[in-house]
Amino acid sequence: MAVDTLLERITDYANRPDPYPLYAELREAGVARQTDGSYLVGGYYDIVALFHNPRLSSDRRNRAGAYSGLPADEEEPRPFIRLDDPEHRRLRSLATRPFGPPHSPGRIDAMRDEITRITDELIESLQGRTRVDVVDDFAYPLPVSVICRLLGVPREDEPTFREWSNAIIDSSDIRPGENLGTSQRAGNQARAQMGRYLVDLAEQRRGHPGDDMLSAFVNDPDPTGGLTREELAATAVLLLVAGHETTVNLITNGVLTLLRHPDQLERLRREPDLLPGAVEELLRYEPPVHLLERIPLTHVDVAGTTIPKGVPVVLVLASGNRDPKRFRDPDRFDPTRRDNQHLGFGSGVHICYGAPLARVEAQIALGALLPHLTTATLVEDPPPYRNSAVLRGPRHLPIELAPSP
Amino acid sequence: MPGDLREGPIVIVGASLAGLRAAEKLREEGFTGSLTVVGDEPHPPYDRPPLSKQVLLGMSAADTTGLPMRRDPDADWRLGVRATGLDLVGRQVLLADGESLPYDRLLIATGTRARPWPQPEQAALDGVFTLRTREDAGCLAERLAAGPRRVLVIGAGFTGSEIASACRERGIEVTVAERGTAPLVGALGGTLARLAAGLQRAHGVDLRCGVTVTALCGNDGGRFTGADLSDGSHIDADVCVIAMGAVRNVEWLADSGLAAGPHGVACDAGCRAFDMYGIVTDDVFVAGDVSRFPHPLFDYQMLSLEHWGNAVAQAEVAAHNMISSGPPRRPHLAVPVFWSSQFGVNIKSVGVPTYSDQVVIAQGSLSERHLVAVYGYRGRITAAVTVNMAKWLEYYQGLIEAAAPFPPAPGAADGHPLVTEFALPSDVPDPRGLSHGPTVALTGHLPDRRLTVVRPAG
Ligand SMILES: Cc1cc2nc3c(=O)[nH]c(=O)nc-3n(C[C@H](O)[C@H](O)[C@H](O)COP(=O)(O)OP(=O)(O)OC[C@H]3O[C@@H](n4cnc5c(N)ncnc54)[C@H](O)[C@@H]3O)c2cc1C
Ligand code: HEM
Repeated sequence: MAVDTLLERITDYANRPDPYPLYAELREAGVARQTDGSYLVGGYYDIVALFHNPRLSSDRRNRAGAYSGLPADEEEPRPFIRLDDPEHRRLRSLATRPFGPPHSPGRIDAMRDEITRITDELIESLQGRTRVDVVDDFAYPLPVSVICRLLGVPREDEPTFREWSNAIIDSSDIRPGENLGTSQRAGNQARAQMGRYLVDLAEQRRGHPGDDMLSAFVNDPDPTGGLTREELAATAVLLLVAGHETTVNLITNGVLTLLRHPDQLERLRREPDLLPGAVEELLRYEPPVHLLERIPLTHVDVAGTTIPKGVPVVLVLASGNRDPKRFRDPDRFDPTRRDNQHLGFGSGVHICYGAPLARVEAQIALGALLPHLTTATLVEDPPPYRNSAVLRGPRHLPIELAPSP
Repeated sequence: MPGDLREGPIVIVGASLAGLRAAEKLREEGFTGSLTVVGDEPHPPYDRPPLSKQVLLGMSAADTTGLPMRRDPDADWRLGVRATGLDLVGRQVLLADGESLPYDRLLIATGTRARPWPQPEQAALDGVFTLRTREDAGCLAERLAAGPRRVLVIGAGFTGSEIASACRERGIEVTVAERGTAPLVGALGGTLARLAAGLQRAHGVDLRCGVTVTALCGNDGGRFTGADLSDGSHIDADVCVIAMGAVRNVEWLADSGLAAGPHGVACDAGCRAFDMYGIVTDDVFVAGDVSRFPHPLFDYQMLSLEHWGNAVAQAEVAAHNMISSGPPRRPHLAVPVFWSSQFGVNIKSVGVPTYSDQVVIAQGSLSERHLVAVYGYRGRITAAVTVNMAKWLEYYQGLIEAAAPFPPAPGAADGHPLVTEFALPSDVPDPRGLSHGPTVALTGHLPDRRLTVVRPAG
């Protein structure tokens, strides 16, 4: 089939369960121009080169006219994931102040007990059940509770922000040839509402700080000036959404992959020290984020192809992760793999901000589930997937558990 | 692979970073024979970079920087013993305790030491320090903790600048005296050196450039009290740190017949030492700060590096080649990488900034204190230095490896159009005019650059 329809095929919902043959086709083709004019890049080294090229923008306002979507002013305020340096750097470092080193080096370690407690509660609630949906009963509620706790968002508001979050994820999906106007508008509206909601929560903490991040943003701003109200809204929305919509895929993909590889499951159960390596391997083998978009600020050469200024480039992380030029035996799931510099968290200046937290969450979650999985079976394989081609993962993962003795 | 290469015996002289990494790598690659590591310091291998950073800040004690072992190299450690000679024909290393160690393969990893103050009586004053070893750092940290009124640092290379930074962070007054035009100028050239000078002054360092220290003064009790400068001024201080660069530990090889000199022991890209006739040996290898090796990316100029990363990479290549013969041997081609943290900024360098004629600020700016400076030599990219922007380093490393054209194409998201289009002279001075060592020295000859340096100052 023609390589210029690859993006259409990759984003076609029918291929969600197994896009990997398409990725192999893409790597074969090199840099592939698509029918809508955009470019697809799937080779590990080409993706890394583009991640590190300062001429590639994360800011969609740099799209050339034909690709531009909504008028720029309708997209304000912008989260730092969609901004370039130096603005990106300024906002990311303000967001890091209450989250990680140098100002808050102990934050994630301090979350461990809390994550374990939440995990234990969820496991508890599974006791005695023989049919479980890994997504709804475990992999989704866990990161939601964690990010709520971290930011200081009431857990019981989840039904409210879940709808906003869905609209935001839908608006940032990649769907070639479709007019994104409607979903983008809905996404912006959801962003605005979620932003107001989070800023209100933060304002309630002014003067009465808790140990959460929203409190820190309003009560302990950076001495050089903190976030403006708009920046706080955009940042808090980004953290809330990025903080759970990805981790749910990692945990679910983890369960699915282990149930498909019972030998590895058994091995991990016996040698739990292998878990951190197994989580890295999952981030390579079944990454939660498959596609990212960048815009060249000038003509950019990749692997012998010149991508013109302003034309979107889609980096297929999940393809780079399976590139045989980089990984030996790339289609094998090997929790003991060494030399595993996967692209699961991206690379370069936008590399995932929450990676240390996501790793801890996945390690604790899978560690706690392992003993229950040895007798579990998949009810449906492949399971039904979420719509998104960007954040690819099961929507439900029904499994049967052996009745407890 | 011939079995005997795995049997040895192998001797490593120098029990520090390069020596340890080589020993580990030898075992990793299946060397099963006897392995002896000789080191004149009494300690197991430890790490030096924290000595001028965390240790001087009082954040960690000097004796806590031991290097983690990736695996037990199962070696006979001869610590506290100096190697005094090498018999290339009889294949043995002579030790200060009179013993001699026979070898089948030898690795020389004796590194460098701090260049001492040239007047021994002045250097012996109480309060005068150099900084290379764990003991040096421990004593200096103790003096800083005692709250001296002023510290004088002689030499504004990386080590001197880091020391000055630590003093300021601890609220101690500090004067830095440098013969060159600015701090770090020998390593980074004039443009970034201006940034370094600005940083020092902004942090309250009394920075004196273009001067030399003519004498260290002491009182009757033999305590350091201050120093005279070539401009006629006098600095009162109670601690003085000599940070005038490094001297290669090659004296023990003086009669060996190896090509060992002030720039180190010359070797080929496979880490095999040259003898004094320029003939390559096949059983003596060199790695780390003591080595001097040709690099294809820099026109096969001989490089002498004082870089942590180079010591590790080169030790691994040397170890691999010591137990391989013929085609499986590997070249040491790693692009030099160096980092420093001082005055609240993180500086990283890739390539060889001194191997340049021009420089351009490709991203960020001096005033933002976030920038990438890209260096070129005759139209191709040879180095990049990031200030607080280390995440971009990898990209520029790729350009250096590809010998990409200089200046780099404009259009970076955070490039300033007027700035990125103007390459400036890189303004790398002749190292003979500096108080500090360059940390990357080109030790060959370039017709248009006076870089055939070479006598040690003093
Ligand atoms: C204060 C300080 C800060 C630094 N900061 C940085 C930094 O930020 N970034 C960076 O990239 N690099 C830094 N470096 C440089 C880095 O530490 C060196 O590149 C590295 O230590 C080199 O390792 P090596 O094993 O080659 O040599 P060395 O560490 O010098 O080890 C050589 C060893 O051999 C011993 N020896 C010498 N002669 C004999 C003999 N005849 N017999 C037996 N033993 C002998 C020596 O005593 C020593 O123990 C710093 C160095 C210092 C001193
Ligand atoms: C398994 C879980 C996760 C995965 C796979 C993941 C993946 C990624 C990837 C690929 C990027 C790069 C985006 C780009 O380059 O455009 C990214 C960025 C980001 N992630 Fe994550 N993420 C995860 C969890 C989290 C968590 C838990 C948080 C918050 C606590 C978080 C917050 C962010 C933020 C704020 C960014 C933007 C960083 C920037 O632009 O500088 N992520 N993530």
